[in-house]
Amino acid sequence: MIPELGHFALALAVALAAAQAVLPLWGAASRDKRLMASAPALALGQLIALATAYACLIWSAVTDDFSVLNIAQNSNSLKPLIYKITGTWGNHEGSILLWCLILAICSGAVGVFGRNLPSSLRARVIGVLGVVSAGFLLFALTSSNPFDRLWPPPLDGRDMNPLLQDPGLAIHPPVLYSGYVGFAIPFAFAVAALIEGRVDAAWGRWVRPWTLASWSLLTGGIALGSWWAYYELGWGGFWFWDPVENASLLPWLTGTALLHSAIVVEKREALKTWTILLAIGTFSLSLSGTFLVRSGILNSVHAFANDPARGVFILALLGLVIGGSLVLFAVRAPVLAPSGLFAPISREGALVLNNILLCSIAAVVLTGTTYPLFADLLFGAKISVGPPFFTATVLPLAAPVFGAMSVGPTLPWKRAELWPALQRLWWAALIALVVGVIAAAGLKRGLPALAFGAAAWLIVGAFAEIVERSRLFRIPFAASRTRLAAQPLSVWGSAIAHAGMGVTVAGIAGMSLAQSTIVAVRPGEAVSLAGYEWRLDSVHDGAGPNYTARVAEITVLRNGKPVVHFAPSRRAFTVQKITVTDASIYTTGLFDLYAVLGEERGGAAVLRLHLNPLAPWIWFGALIMAIGGGLSLADRRLRIGAPARRAVAMVTS
Amino acid sequence: MSRWLLVFLLLAGPAYAVSDPAELLPDRHAELRAEAIGHQLRCLVCQNESIEESEADLARDLRRIIRQRVQAGDTDQQVIDWMVARYGDFVRLRPPFNALTLVLWGSPIIALGVGLTAVVLSRRRRPTPAAPLSPAEQARLSELIDR
Repeated sequence: MIPELGHFALALAVALAAAQAVLPLWGAASRDKRLMASAPALALGQLIALATAYACLIWSAVTDDFSVLNIAQNSNSLKPLIYKITGTWGNHEGSILLWCLILAICSGAVGVFGRNLPSSLRARVIGVLGVVSAGFLLFALTSSNPFDRLWPPPLDGRDMNPLLQDPGLAIHPPVLYSGYVGFAIPFAFAVAALIEGRVDAAWGRWVRPWTLASWSLLTGGIALGSWWAYYELGWGGFWFWDPVENASLLPWLTGTALLHSAIVVEKREALKTWTILLAIGTFSLSLSGTFLVRSGILNSVHAFANDPARGVFILALLGLVIGGSLVLFAVRAPVLAPSGLFAPISREGALVLNNILLCSIAAVVLTGTTYPLFADLLFGAKISVGPPFFTATVLPLAAPVFGAMSVGPTLPWKRAELWPALQRLWWAALIALVVGVIAAAGLKRGLPALAFGAAAWLIVGAFAEIVERSRLFRIPFAASRTRLAAQPLSVWGSAIAHAGMGVTVAGIAGMSLAQSTIVAVRPGEAVSLAGYEWRLDSVHDGAGPNYTARVAEITVLRNGKPVVHFAPSRRAFTVQKITVTDASIYTTGLFDLYAVLGEERGGAAVLRLHLNPLAPWIWFGALIMAIGGGLSLADRRLRIGAPARRAVAMVTS
Repeated sequence: MSRWLLVFLLLAGPAYAVSDPAELLPDRHAELRAEAIGHQLRCLVCQNESIEESEADLARDLRRIIRQRVQAGDTDQQVIDWMVARYGDFVRLRPPFNALTLVLWGSPIIALGVGLTAVVLSRRRRPTPAAPLSPAEQARLSELIDR
């Protein structure tokens, strides 16, 4: 009964999305106010229908309804409750439904928060979102229906991949998808602007908060995924240049570029056409990232579906959405009159440089990820493109980005002088140099020292603009403090986000100094690594709700005093017959101690032990970046209608 | 060249399969070299792992072979050539530079070139200044200002 209700709600959502795709756009074209006004109601209706459908899916999973094919294939009665819920998005059908639900939330958000948009623009934005929704909902209903029944129902389900039964991965997909799908809103604004033939500062101001929110969520989602790979895969790495990782990095790179070029549109009314193209490109990359990877076309561990019918449907949908918007761009972009001239050396110029470099990195990553596929299809040649290629090509392009990141924000708009700007940053450069020299002397390794210098440059330089604006150390401190407090939140937000990048760079540089060893140890024996003594106390059996385990008890000592107790394990999941290593990690904030249990041979256990300097900084930096984005988002200037409220406050005081 | 490669690889974060310590070479320097070589070679039966990261049997065999070669005194390039001779370019995670991979290795230059050219072209095509006001508009404007 409940699955049928979900099935019905899904079908209803398709119908409402189809109406949402047609009526508002038609209304905007024919200037029919009633049709345009139907947009928010249709969007909310679609959202309610989809939320109902998703609730039904969760209900089926929680109540172990194995007559539902999707639940029988991906769940198990012994699975802990939390993973029964989060397991609903751990498979192809459920993840598509979640994707559609988040898109519906985006439509609903534009309906609710977009009240002060011009009615035709709002109708068109919601209409474009409706077109995308309708396409993917139809895909979900016809070829990836999570509510398909199975008869006779099996006694128990086949369980979920144990690697996915983990708190980090439980929340990773919703956060990541919110970032991916959130870029649908800038995309819809871009397409609506192309239809209207108008892009102005107000448009830039509407687009930016949505872009910021998606970008922050995507940053968080990528960081969560990388963190999961670090502690769950037990390989001691954090980024593998796997196609699915690259697929999330691509929209992040172009989304970062979009975030910055939207500022130029808002402040200076320049780069309009380019910003529109970036908005289209970013969402196109989000779409292809989500679906091409899962379609199994690219060689990836994340491929859920390998069904040719699904692949063709998805390719047709991608072609329609991406191709359609690009054709519209080609036809309509010349209508958008450029304005807002600027000199090459200026804030705008720095942002253009940022865009060129970020998009070049994206182009390289895209080329590297898809090259094996094309080499095979076109020339029948089998080649591999792996981490050595990406690090060798991406690092040289990322270095100038880091260099410019601290300089750009200190440049004035329109026209600037490079040399005075650099002179104002002399203290940041000095600190970076000192850090780099100390690191080089201490480490005797060139590249990590360079990276530490870059990290210092980013962290210190991020606050250069604020120091400059508040005239800190040049006027009395009290006066500076008033000036500091008067800085808008978005200035703080961008400074904090830039500093977050520096923290991440420092973390990556620290990880390059990681020490590790692989040893076979008998209980009672100890090994030393990086000044710590790692003593294996015992190895014993353990059991969880749906797995059995071998657990190693390890005491880590420094100078004879116990520092931490570790219990890494190897878990054998009973239903899926998969063995997973569960690493133990102890973090001080400055470094991680990391232990993995391997196989046992003749009474000895194989242990892999790591000391990873600054490892937590990688994800901490990403968190800081996301927080910086959130701070900018909280800036009242970015929220439309905020000035009106401020005027009211003035009257009452 | 190979030292730089090693540094690049380490920056990407070292990652290892839980393997048998008996596999490791006693000489620390030789072992590091072997690991650096292994990180450049693909585990042929896996999705996207180097043979240093994989627990597959084939990867284990190849790890052993690399260490034998390193001990026998082969250079890094000789070990990789040995692998390529048997498994083709597919085994190299760092694809060779040749006619087939010209676009791949050229992609940073191509992307930067396209971006810079686009900027230069769009700057050349300056927007034409707005047409001067017609007499009627001028009259309307002064009327508004005077009001």
